[in-house]
Amino acid sequence: MRVDMKLVESPDRPLAMHPKKFALWLFMISIVMIFASLTSAYLVKRGDGNWRVFDLPQMFYYTSAVILVSSITMQMAVRAARRDQLKTVISLLWFTLIMGLLFLGGQFMAWGDMISNNVYFTGGNPSESFIYVLSGLHWVHLISGIIFIGIILYNTHKFRIHSKAMVRLEMANTYWHFLGALWIYLFVFLIFNHQ
Amino acid sequence: MATEEINVVEEVGHEEHDHDHHGNFWTTYVFSTDHKTIAKQFLITGIFWALLGGILSVIFRLQLGFPESSIEWLRPFLGDWITGDGKLDPEFYLALVTMHGTIMVFFVLTAGLSGTFSNFLIPLQIGARDMASGFMNMLSYWFFFASSVVMFTSLFIETGPASGGWVIYPPLSALPQAVNGSGLGMTLWLVSMALFIVSTLLGGINYITTVINMRTKGMSFSKLPLTIWAFFLTAVIGLLSFPVLFSAALLLIFDRHFGTSFFLSDIYINGEALPNQGGSPILFQHLFWFLGHPEVYIVLLPALGITSEVISTNARKPIFGYYAMIGSMLAIGFLSFIVWAHHMFVTGMNPFLGSVFTILTLIIAVPSAIKVFNYITTLWGGNIRFTPGMMFSIGLVSFFISGGLTGIALGNSAVDIQLHDTYFVVAHFHLVMGSASFFGLMAGVYHWFPKMFGRMMSNKLGSIHFWLTFAGVYLVFFPMHYIGVAGFPRRYYSFTNFDTFNDFTDLNVLVSIAAIVTLAAQFIFLFNFFYSIFRGKLAPANPWGSTTLEWTTPRFPKHGNWPGEIPAVYRWPYDYSKPGADEDFIPQTVPYSETPESNTPAENEKIKLETNGDEIVVKQNGDSH
Repeated sequence: MRVDMKLVESPDRPLAMHPKKFALWLFMISIVMIFASLTSAYLVKRGDGNWRVFDLPQMFYYTSAVILVSSITMQMAVRAARRDQLKTVISLLWFTLIMGLLFLGGQFMAWGDMISNNVYFTGGNPSESFIYVLSGLHWVHLISGIIFIGIILYNTHKFRIHSKAMVRLEMANTYWHFLGALWIYLFVFLIFNHQ
Repeated sequence: MATEEINVVEEVGHEEHDHDHHGNFWTTYVFSTDHKTIAKQFLITGIFWALLGGILSVIFRLQLGFPESSIEWLRPFLGDWITGDGKLDPEFYLALVTMHGTIMVFFVLTAGLSGTFSNFLIPLQIGARDMASGFMNMLSYWFFFASSVVMFTSLFIETGPASGGWVIYPPLSALPQAVNGSGLGMTLWLVSMALFIVSTLLGGINYITTVINMRTKGMSFSKLPLTIWAFFLTAVIGLLSFPVLFSAALLLIFDRHFGTSFFLSDIYINGEALPNQGGSPILFQHLFWFLGHPEVYIVLLPALGITSEVISTNARKPIFGYYAMIGSMLAIGFLSFIVWAHHMFVTGMNPFLGSVFTILTLIIAVPSAIKVFNYITTLWGGNIRFTPGMMFSIGLVSFFISGGLTGIALGNSAVDIQLHDTYFVVAHFHLVMGSASFFGLMAGVYHWFPKMFGRMMSNKLGSIHFWLTFAGVYLVFFPMHYIGVAGFPRRYYSFTNFDTFNDFTDLNVLVSIAAIVTLAAQFIFLFNFFYSIFRGKLAPANPWGSTTLEWTTPRFPKHGNWPGEIPAVYRWPYDYSKPGADEDFIPQTVPYSETPESNTPAENEKIKLETNGDEIVVKQNGDSH
C-alpha cells in the first residue's frame, strides 16, 4: 500500500558516518569525560591549598615526541592503504606499534625518575598521586590502542584491509590520534598547572 | 548450502533476517543478541532487584515504625543481624538503607528502566531490525548481570554490605576501620559499580548510535516518538556522567587500597593520626554529584518519555506541545550538569556560589513545569481510557507535581540549611524521582506488555495494583514532609532515645504500615505479570489503537522485527482524533495521500513529496543495511 512511495524531505542515511565509527566517537567522549573530571578534580584540589610542588620528569618531553611521531606514521599507513600499498602499510603499522611500546616504556622510566626524585604514587601529597593517576590511566588506555593496531596488522596480513575496506584502519587511526592528543593535553595541562 | 536455499524458498517475501535465528536454547534465551530478548532480561532482573530493594526498605521501616517490637521471626533470613534481644543490628540498619538506595537508583530505575525500554522500544519505534551492535548490547546485559551478582553476593558476607549510604562519601567509605560495611562490602560495591558503569556505557553508546543511524525511511527527528527522544537524551546524559563516577570510584579505590590521600586528611582514630595528608572529602562529593545529579534525570527522563506516549495514546489526543516537550527535555538534560552543588549547600561552600547554584536549580522548575502543563493539557478534553498504563502515567504526573514543588523549597541554599538530610529530602526525592520513575516503569510494562509477550495483562488486577500503590506511596511519603520539617534526620536507626522526636511515633507507625501494604500490593502485579506471560489473553495487533511503528509488527515478532520490508514513516506519531479522519488514530505508516479527508493544507503540499520520484529517490535510498 505504501511501499512504492517516498518522502523526499527526510533522510534515509541520516548521518554520513559509519555506525561503528560513530560508536567509537561516543566511546572517546566517555574517555574524555573521565580525564576531564580528573583534571577538574586536580584543579579543585590545587585551589584547596596543601599542595606540594615538584618538577615534572624530563622524560615526558621525549615520550611526547615519540607519540607525535607515531601519529604521523599511523596517518602515513592510512594513506598507503588507500593506494593499496600493503607492504608499506604493514611496515608503517609495525613502526607505529613499536613507537607505542617505546612510549609505554618511556612513561615507565618517567615514573622511575619521579620516584628517584622522591615523588611517590602513594603516601604523599595528592599533587604527586595525581601525576601517576593521570599518566597511568592514559598508559592503560594506550595499551588498548596498541592491541587495536595489532589486530589491524593481523588483518592487513590476511588482506582484509585495503582501499575498499578501510573502516577498521580508519577507526584505529582515529583512536590512535585521539590517544596521542589526550597525552599532549594531559602534559600541557600538567606543565601549566603543576606549580 | 542446500538448507539455506530451501529456507529461501519456504519463506518467500521474508528478508534475510529471518532464517539465521534458529539457535539453540542458549543463543535464543540466554546469550541472545536480539534487542527484545535483552530487554526482557533487563526487565526480569530489574523486577528481581525491585522486589529485593522493596523488602529491604520494609525491614528498616519495621525498625522505624515499631522500634520496641521484636523481629525475632526474621532470624531465619537475617541470622546474626538480629541482636540477642530480637532487635535489628544498628550497623545492619545502615547497610539496609545503603543497599536499598543503591539497588533502587542503579539496578532498578537505571538498568531496569532504561535497559528494558530503550532496548525494547528504540529499534521497534524507529523502524530498525535491531540495535547498531547486537553483540555490544548482549555484553551490556551480561556486564549488568555480573555487576548484579557481585552486589547480591555482598549482602551475604560476614561483615555485611556497604553501609556508608548510597553516596559512599569518604572518609566513611574510605576507611575500613570506620564501620564493618566499609571493609569487603565496600570493595564489592565498588567492583559492582565499575561493572555497572561498563554496562551502562555499552548500552548508551548503542542507544545513541541506533537512534542516529538506523531510523527507517521518513523517520526524521521531528517524527520521533517522545519515548525515543527521552531514551536518546538519557543515553547522552549517561555517557557524559557515568565516566565521572568512574573517576570518583577510581580515586576512592586508590585511597582505600593503595594509600593515596585524594579524599583523606587529618584523620585521627582512637587518638592516633592516620598518615594520609592533603586530601579533601569535599572533592569526592563534587565528583560524585557531577554524576549523581544527572543520574536523577537518567532515572526520570525515560519515565517521562513513556508517560508522554501513554497519555497521548489513551487520551486519544495529540500530545500538547511536541516541540516544547523536546525542548524542555533538552533543557533539563543541559541543566542537570550544572546544578550538582545543590546537594552540597552545607559543606561550607562559598555563599555566593550557593546562590548561583540556587538560581540554576530553580531554573529547572521551568522546563519541568512545561512538561507538567503539557501532560495536563493533553488530558484536558481528551477521550480518556483508564487502562492501567494510563493510570500509572497520570500517577506519575501527580507525583511529579507534588514532589517537584518541594524541590523548589529545597533548591534554596538558605532553606536547605534547615532541611538538609532530613526526612523532607527523603519525601521529596522518593516522590519526584523514586515513585514517579517507578510509576513510569509500571506504565511502560502495562502498556507494552502485549508487544513484549503477545498477551494481555488483566486490567482489573492492574487497577487494584494501581490504586493500592498510588494510595500507599502518598501515605508513605506525605507524612515524611512533616517529620522532616520537624527536624528528623534521615538514616537514623532510632528516634526513641530523643525526647524531641517522640511526638511523631504514631506517624512513623502509619508510614511503616503503608509501606508494608504497598509492598504487598506489588505481589498482585507479580502474579498478573507472570500469569499473563503464559496464560494471558492473546493480544490483538494494536490493542491500544496506537500510531507508532511497534504495533505494525506481528504478535510475536521474530528477530528482525518485521517479516517483510521495514515500513516507511510519513507523519508524526501523534495523529489521534484528527478532525475529518475515519478512525481516531492514523498510524505513522499511512501517507498523507491516503488521508485527503483529514489533511491540513500544509499536509496536502507534502503529498507531492510522497508520490512518484520512484526512479530517483528509491534507487538512491535502497536498503542500506
